[in-house]
Amino acid sequence: MSPRRRHLRWLIPVGALPVLLLLGYGFRTDPREIPSPLLGKPAAPFTLKTFDGDQVSLEALRGRVVVVNFWASWCFPACYEEAPALARAWEAYKDRGVTMIGVNIQDKEEPARKFLARFGHTFPNAPDPVGRVSVDYGVYGVPETFFIDRAGRVRGKKVGAVTDELFRREVEPLLSEKG
Amino acid sequence: MTYVPELGYAATVTALVLALYGSAAAALGAKSRRPALVESSQRAAVGVWVLITCCMLLLIYAFLTFDFSVRYVANTTNRGTPYYYRITALWGALEGSIVLWAWMLSLYTLIVVVQYRRRRPEFYPWVLSVMLGIAAFFLLVMTIPAPPFERLSPIPADGRGLNPLLEDTGMITHPVALYLGFTGFTVPFAFALAALIIGRTGDEWITITRRWTIIAWYFLSLGLLIGGWWSYHVLGWGGYWAWDPVENAAFMPWLCATAFLHSVMIQERRRMLKLWNLTLIILTFALTVFGTFLTRSGIIGSVHAFTQGSIGQFFLGFLALVLLGSFSLLAWRLDRLNAQGELDSIVSRESVFLLNNVFLLAAAFTVFFGTVFPLLAEAVRGEKLSVGAPFFNLVNIPIFLGLLLLMGVGPLIAWRRASAENLRRNFLRPVLAGIGAAAILRVVGVGNTLVLVCMALVVFVSGTIVVDFSRAVRARHRTGRGWLPAAATLLLTQNRRYGGFIVHLGVLVVALGVAGSQAWSTQTEVTLERGQSMTLAGYTVRFDGLQASEESNHAKVTGAFTIGNGRALGVLYPAKKFYPQEQTPIAAVDYRLGLMEDLYVVLGDFARDGSHATIKVQVNRMVSWLWMGGLVLTLGAGLAILPDQRKSA
Repeated sequence: MSPRRRHLRWLIPVGALPVLLLLGYGFRTDPREIPSPLLGKPAAPFTLKTFDGDQVSLEALRGRVVVVNFWASWCFPACYEEAPALARAWEAYKDRGVTMIGVNIQDKEEPARKFLARFGHTFPNAPDPVGRVSVDYGVYGVPETFFIDRAGRVRGKKVGAVTDELFRREVEPLLSEKG
Repeated sequence: MTYVPELGYAATVTALVLALYGSAAAALGAKSRRPALVESSQRAAVGVWVLITCCMLLLIYAFLTFDFSVRYVANTTNRGTPYYYRITALWGALEGSIVLWAWMLSLYTLIVVVQYRRRRPEFYPWVLSVMLGIAAFFLLVMTIPAPPFERLSPIPADGRGLNPLLEDTGMITHPVALYLGFTGFTVPFAFALAALIIGRTGDEWITITRRWTIIAWYFLSLGLLIGGWWSYHVLGWGGYWAWDPVENAAFMPWLCATAFLHSVMIQERRRMLKLWNLTLIILTFALTVFGTFLTRSGIIGSVHAFTQGSIGQFFLGFLALVLLGSFSLLAWRLDRLNAQGELDSIVSRESVFLLNNVFLLAAAFTVFFGTVFPLLAEAVRGEKLSVGAPFFNLVNIPIFLGLLLLMGVGPLIAWRRASAENLRRNFLRPVLAGIGAAAILRVVGVGNTLVLVCMALVVFVSGTIVVDFSRAVRARHRTGRGWLPAAATLLLTQNRRYGGFIVHLGVLVVALGVAGSQAWSTQTEVTLERGQSMTLAGYTVRFDGLQASEESNHAKVTGAFTIGNGRALGVLYPAKKFYPQEQTPIAAVDYRLGLMEDLYVVLGDFARDGSHATIKVQVNRMVSWLWMGGLVLTLGAGLAILPDQRKSA
């Protein structure tokens, strides 16, 4: 082997580097974050009866930005983690043209009411008795949150607990759009 | 209040220190030729085994006594868990699996100490150093990212319970077999590195580790098959293999190890492929680490839900060390890895074995590529996507058919250069038999081309084995032995060759099972009123009613279905289990296994009053052949790992 060629041998171990780098990149991604096929599509309409006995209908909210949050009282810890953020977001955005709807899925009424009381949620929250709404939205697990623009199209989806920062990032652009 | 967590943690950390010390001492002792240091590292290896055994026993004790102050115990059992699942809950989740893994590794190290401490003075210290180094890594994992003895406070009244899908005999045995396979490859890997370090790159390390490799390969094969069995009879989808990343993670080292098992024969015989064999064993070991990384890091989505955490980074770091370290050693010793023999002809056993290696590695690469492709796509184009069974099947079916063909040709074709006479003598009749079999099947109505090709190949390969074996038995018979003694002594004295043949037969049986089940299985889904019947493929299934019951740790709704195929076959009881800790019910399949077909019933939705129920009924054909193939494989591997008798015979 010529001296020049001798150096080339070190390409053998170096060859493993791209694979290692790719695997390292994997830590920056979350495989469970599957983009929803609903993004950009019209949000499925629904009408639900809230825990307070009111009717809440998505179609009647056209022209407003709507945030639909799927949750359950048994969903610990994620739903409990995000609940304060939801309450803060409601306070911050309710007067700026945003409506939030909580959809309580696969739950019993009493623990669900306890959950709402515990976090003092005042935005409309409704049980999804036969699970039709969660099926329409392809809800995989709770919590999941959908962001719907003024034209009634799904524009954003978050699997897992939401944060203040996420709300700003998702809601502000939708608010700045004209309906 | 118990002190199990503290005791366990102390044992783990002590074992870690001992392993690190032993690894360094063995290396230093070998380098500076100080046998006292090597002996000291030997004692460290024994100590590591004793301490990890203590860890395991402590954990089992904690399980048996419901010690929920140990977080791992609280996570994987509850008071309703039966005692045998409380023992096997040891490997029911990440932390305990690592303990089991580390224990097996320390056990292998102990066996290496016992076997080689006097026999291989040059290799031995380095092998010890490498194995203890690897054990140190697993002990580090047990200390920092996945501590099995983490204390839980406050102590809960009851635990969460084992994942219900793991409450099954398949899950008791599958991880054990798989890990015995995974850890088993550490031995040949350690000998390979030792060979590189001391510069003895001939075939010594291969001869020494031949049986180790077969044992590891056998356990890995068994682990894969038991995994398939578990998937088949627990998951309720009627399949045994889904190309899920976690399955692929175990399949890739198997493919690579199979290539290694074959290519070492060329090195032993022809002094070729030194560099290739070292590369293969390094890749095999690296793939076992990669597999664990893949399943434990959460970087790739899988139906197998695993924990995330910093453990992925630890495994990636270790993988980097293994790959960069081993390949650097390889590069350093490149001058000593030139082949002494060369390829004489394309029509020879060497070239068939090479082709076999190319095919196996191609399969391993496509599986690897398909598995990490989602990651690549996301890195390069920012797209989320998944690669499914269609890709893997499309690419791998031709490769595996090619491998079947080579399986028939390889063992019988002549070394160096096959003559026309050699080819005619060995292959004419098997080829005709294969074609004849396909023709007959075509005439009786088998239309699926892939199945026809597969069956023809299976008959061809079996034919070559029959030709070879009967010829050898006749030769012995002519020397005056009876037929049976001739066959028996042949199996025992040529155990390596005929063990290999029997393993091949096992693979053929598995291949038939795969082809048959893919081509001929059928299924349907129906809703039945009580008393109503349905028919599928000659079977009738009648819904007799539902019954609810309370088990120790779950509630269960069981359906009764009377089955028959003209005559009564009995009653199947598929069920749905409701575990308090799970949000969705778990289906418990019931089935009637048969040689040619299984009737398989899954209970779906049902009315609470038992008036009607929806079921999925499948008639799965030839799936049993997979399990029978596993038995044949066991026989063959058992024969092949007997000591090589040729020298003594």
